[in-house]
Amino acid sequence: MLSLLAATPALPLDEAGKYVAGAYIVFLALLVVYVAIMAAKLQRIERELRELAGFAEQRNEQRAEVEAEHAEVGGG
Amino acid sequence: MYGKGLRPLSIATVAAILAAFSLVFFYTPLDADQGFIQKIFYLHVPLAITALVGFVGGGLFAIAHLRSGNSKWDAYSYVSIHISVIFGAAVLITGSIWAKASWGHWWVWDEPTLVSFLIVFLMYATYYPFRYAIEDRERQGRYASVFAIVAGAFVPLNFMAVRMAQSLVHPRVFATTNGGLPGSMMLTFLVCLLAVGLLWITLVKFELTAKSASGQVKRLRRALDAPAPGSRSRIAPEVG
Repeated sequence: MLSLLAATPALPLDEAGKYVAGAYIVFLALLVVYVAIMAAKLQRIERELRELAGFAEQRNEQRAEVEAEHAEVGGG
Repeated sequence: MYGKGLRPLSIATVAAILAAFSLVFFYTPLDADQGFIQKIFYLHVPLAITALVGFVGGGLFAIAHLRSGNSKWDAYSYVSIHISVIFGAAVLITGSIWAKASWGHWWVWDEPTLVSFLIVFLMYATYYPFRYAIEDRERQGRYASVFAIVAGAFVPLNFMAVRMAQSLVHPRVFATTNGGLPGSMMLTFLVCLLAVGLLWITLVKFELTAKSASGQVKRLRRALDAPAPGSRSRIAPEVG
């Protein structure tokens, strides 16, 4: 790493430096915004899946209760 | 199964971007003419090439959609164009920054390269309202595919027209009689192109995976006959 840095040409961070930094920061900012949007989408999908899992469990419980009632009526 | 291979692809993309940026700032010599500002070239040009190839790819996927009627290809076409539009925005911004530093102006209207890219970008920006304006999903996919094919064919024609045009100030680096890039700069440029290309593929896969997951949730909801919470109209193609 040190040898790499030693071989590095001096970075002229004067007038041109701010423009180069600006261009690369724009690129990285766009990437970060995209990742944030994807993270929000993922959260929404996760929330919907949790809701659906709850809905399916609730429905199974209701079905089990109905079946139990039918069995009682049939048995009695 | 759009998520298959996404993890190694993401790792490869991050490694390629790190390698590319390291080469740009620690290996490649400063340009004799432009100096440090030329470093923007290694980001701006690969983004532009990838965006334009992505637009053409979107057209090719649209052809596959119209030929087969499979909505999978429509989703590929939509996502290709979507990611390419994002890259196109980055091209315009980084190009403007370079123009300001090099020419002293953020934008030059009599330069064919800039204006033609802006035309292509704006044309693809109309893809979204065009698509969203159609409610019927099948018609939406068909019309969007026709748009993607026509626009995709326009991209290489536009590129050739610009290459043949008499450029005023925008530099011509490749395939010019004034010589191309020296070896170290060319190597850095190719690594940057690879990195940006990998990034494009990774983002397309991410987007397709998210759409597929969203589509599966909708399918599950229909199968369970569960009420949709605040159901919003779908604007993007559903991926099964």
